[in-house]
Amino acid sequence: MSGRRTARCVAGVALAAFVACAWAAQPAQPALADPLRGPTPILDEPHPPPLQNQENKDVRRVRSHPMQPPTIPHKIDGYQLDRDVNRCLFCHARARIEETRAIPLSVTHYMDRDGNVRGDVSPRRYFCTQCHVPQDEVKPLVENRFEDFETASRRAPAPAGKR
Amino acid sequence: MAGIVFWGGFNTALELTNTEPFCTSCHEMRDNVYVELQSTIHFSNRSGVRAKCPDCHVPHAWTDKIARKMQASKEVWGKLFGTISTREKFEARRLELAQHEWARLKANDSLECRNCHGFDYMDFTRQSPRAAEQHGTLLASGERTCIDCHKGISHRLPALPTPAPRAALSATARTQR
Repeated sequence: MSGRRTARCVAGVALAAFVACAWAAQPAQPALADPLRGPTPILDEPHPPPLQNQENKDVRRVRSHPMQPPTIPHKIDGYQLDRDVNRCLFCHARARIEETRAIPLSVTHYMDRDGNVRGDVSPRRYFCTQCHVPQDEVKPLVENRFEDFETASRRAPAPAGKR
Repeated sequence: MAGIVFWGGFNTALELTNTEPFCTSCHEMRDNVYVELQSTIHFSNRSGVRAKCPDCHVPHAWTDKIARKMQASKEVWGKLFGTISTREKFEARRLELAQHEWARLKANDSLECRNCHGFDYMDFTRQSPRAAEQHGTLLASGERTCIDCHKGISHRLPALPTPAPRAALSATARTQR
């Protein structure tokens, strides 16, 4: 009984000593690096990267998943989007697309929250840039290993018998 | 001699009214339209070339300029009687005022735009595909002029019904793409 307790005690002391040694031997801890912030100390202000040019190719990007709001493949600098004027709708409104050949708003944008389709754009969908944004050609700041369902399901078929 | 003095004085005074400090000496201009201009590419941009009020709103050729200045004497009347002396009055008239300018630029084939933006010198390969297509067809054929599409580029647009029906814009125009 007492032998076991002693052994446990010795083991505990040894472990504590080992941890202490390891702690002492270690060099100063590197500052916690935030990938978005970079190695800048928390009390300093990082120098912001230069502004990039917005993508302006008019080529639609693939969506990552079916319900993703499509990105905007053109510049929207200075587009007025407020209570009075929605510049996006000048081209993307259903009534305008014959002339402008822009992509029309989907029918979901005309639905109120109860699912009734209305005659005009629903106020909750009026401010386009809440969901749709232009893109910049930049290196992502953090790694992203997202795969859409099609890719993931093709790459790793479920093992047989395991459901 | 008196003729020279009169003429010199007249022209100097005329030129004085054709400067931005003169335009923005009234709070109506300084607090409304001038503020709106400042965030646009015609005021602040990478190369520092900028448009001042008369560059867009007053013709450069002398006879046209005099004609415009005579029209603008109505603005003195407006100033005296406070037609747009408050923000609310200005907002209430924004559509009307904008339509005047749209009609003027439509009638003169966007002359003030073209004083700087020459169609003959546009490099379509440097434009976005949409812009190149529109400029290469509608603008080239003369079917449309600059102001038909490029509205609200230097000042905020008045409230227009959405989706902007063709009727509301067609007096004025087709929209920017």
